[in-house]
Amino acid sequence: MKFLLQRLAFYVFTAWAALTINFFIPRLIPGDPVTSLINKFQGQMSTEAINSLYVLFGLDKNASLWSQYVDYWGQVFHGDLGLSFTFFPTPVADILKQSLPWTIALVGITTFASFMIGTSLGVVAGWRRGSIMDGLLPVTTFLSSIPYFWLGLLAITLLAGPDSFFPSSGGYEPGLVPGWTGSFIGSAIQHSLLPALTILISSVSGWILTMRNMMVTVASEDYITVAHAKGLSERRVMVSYAARNALLPNVSGFALSLGFIVGGTLLVEIVFSYPGIGYNLFQAVGAKDYPLMQGVFLVITLSVLVANLLADVAYLLLDPRTRKEG
Amino acid sequence: MKAPVLEIKNFHVDYGLGSEAVQAVRDVTLTLHRGEVLGLAGESGSGKSTLAYGVTRLLPPPGVISGGSVIYHPPNGDAYDVMALTDAELRKFRWAETSIVFQGAMNSLNPVHKISTQMIDVIKAHEPQLSPSARVARAQEMLKLVGISADRMDAYPHQLSGGMRQRVMIGMALVLEPQVVIMDEPTTALDVVMQRQILAQLVELRERLGFSILFITHDLSLLVEFSDRIAIMYGGRIVEQARSVDLYKDSLHPYSEGLLKSFPALRGERRELAGIPGSPPDLRGMPSGCSFHPRCPQAFDRCSTEIPVLGIPAARNYSNRSVACWLPGRVPISVER
Repeated sequence: MKFLLQRLAFYVFTAWAALTINFFIPRLIPGDPVTSLINKFQGQMSTEAINSLYVLFGLDKNASLWSQYVDYWGQVFHGDLGLSFTFFPTPVADILKQSLPWTIALVGITTFASFMIGTSLGVVAGWRRGSIMDGLLPVTTFLSSIPYFWLGLLAITLLAGPDSFFPSSGGYEPGLVPGWTGSFIGSAIQHSLLPALTILISSVSGWILTMRNMMVTVASEDYITVAHAKGLSERRVMVSYAARNALLPNVSGFALSLGFIVGGTLLVEIVFSYPGIGYNLFQAVGAKDYPLMQGVFLVITLSVLVANLLADVAYLLLDPRTRKEG
Repeated sequence: MKAPVLEIKNFHVDYGLGSEAVQAVRDVTLTLHRGEVLGLAGESGSGKSTLAYGVTRLLPPPGVISGGSVIYHPPNGDAYDVMALTDAELRKFRWAETSIVFQGAMNSLNPVHKISTQMIDVIKAHEPQLSPSARVARAQEMLKLVGISADRMDAYPHQLSGGMRQRVMIGMALVLEPQVVIMDEPTTALDVVMQRQILAQLVELRERLGFSILFITHDLSLLVEFSDRIAIMYGGRIVEQARSVDLYKDSLHPYSEGLLKSFPALRGERRELAGIPGSPPDLRGMPSGCSFHPRCPQAFDRCSTEIPVLGIPAARNYSNRSVACWLPGRVPISVER
């Protein structure tokens, strides 16, 4: 328990540092969002309107950096992340609320599936070293060396098209209204197939490889020989002696990759114009949309931290050696 | 002589296949009798552990059993060859009939499972009809026998000391009350005091439960004290086999003599400690003839050309010991005739 509290304190500190950096970085980038907004309206704005825009964005020259910083914290705690420039005047929080489910559904499910599939294949490959399964490893390694986005582009070129079953962009049929209706969900699934496949193919072999190698290492441990000598069934030895121990490093890897669900597949979302967080970030960078960028970074940072905390807890549960006495 | 429980006959183990193969165990014939402690001693690389792994068919690749048989005599029922068992039969045989205590006890327990889990899963695998509470009771009872209190049942291996872990392993080896327990250097990693305690406990347990022990070690002094019979292994072969007392008093093979001279006696007259010159043979290029002849102080012409046969020495009045040596008076009856 003490250990967990220590970790928690550490994560709170990290969150503070990350949010502070998150505040400063956009302000260090040269250029000015109001200028770009003025450009967007092609200069047809009065001076007063421009001034009030500066105030609205918290960019009025009178306020010092310190008071801006204090305000920023107040806003963060209220869940007020400011107004987006690109989708002016929609609040950033609303945009994130809209796009977050898309990303979590697409990347979350594929990351989980990829971990499950990869790990179980890795267990088999490592246990039956030298079998056909093991021989397939170079193929999957080759696939994983292809970057996400390139595989995505390839998939769009080869599989998507006007007459194809696979749509090439978007999260759902443009005419449909988002909701829990059969036609909408069906369309959403149809749209997510190609991006999901892209992520799955390029990420699964990483899991296979690490799990396989851990299995090979663990299989030569003395306690595996003992388990065999005890006359336990092959399956029991493989699952509860070998895989159980080999899984440990992979679990922390998985928890970490959960943290990157939100930000990690930016390029896939861009390639498929998928309405997720990554695509938001892409738009925000293009438009110098500080509040949106900050919002996206905030979500990414927090999810990485939460994932780390989950990894700690998972490790604590799975490996008794990490539990401290008393 | 008591009835045999495990008969190893003409046993061969190779590492690798074909002409590249290294012969680690060659033509070993050894009988373990009911209720006895048979010691198997020799230097590192002499094939002791390989023999133990081979007998239980636990050899990891590239180890291959290239010949021989291991006849097991169950207490009631017909004898059978362990080498001929199917996988399912072998699983049943393992631990229930022949259990093993391995070399490093430190790594023999799975670090992520409680010791109770690891003891109970072997009972579960072999006696599925037993109720969960009966399994726990059995495991508890066994741990008590080896001196681990019941409240340590739920400890993880890393919470136990080395000696306790080895006790747990011994308790686990006995939990199904097997006929044969193979112990591969079970006390090597422990200090001398702990070694004594565990061995004393083993002797006591053996009297109570009546199992036979094949005790493998490089520590001949330990065996002289603790075992009924001793077999000495060199270069993959048994070179001498005798009752411990006979071997200690009057070893016939120059190698056994060398081994015996390399540790001091506690009682009796003082004598010069002497090692065996040279180093163990390279299994890839064994010397011709007797594999010990390059290091043997008494070697003569015949030693480098002919492999000595293990047999009862002709010249002396021994019937229950055998030796493989060409020295006068030690040549087996069968060969001399």
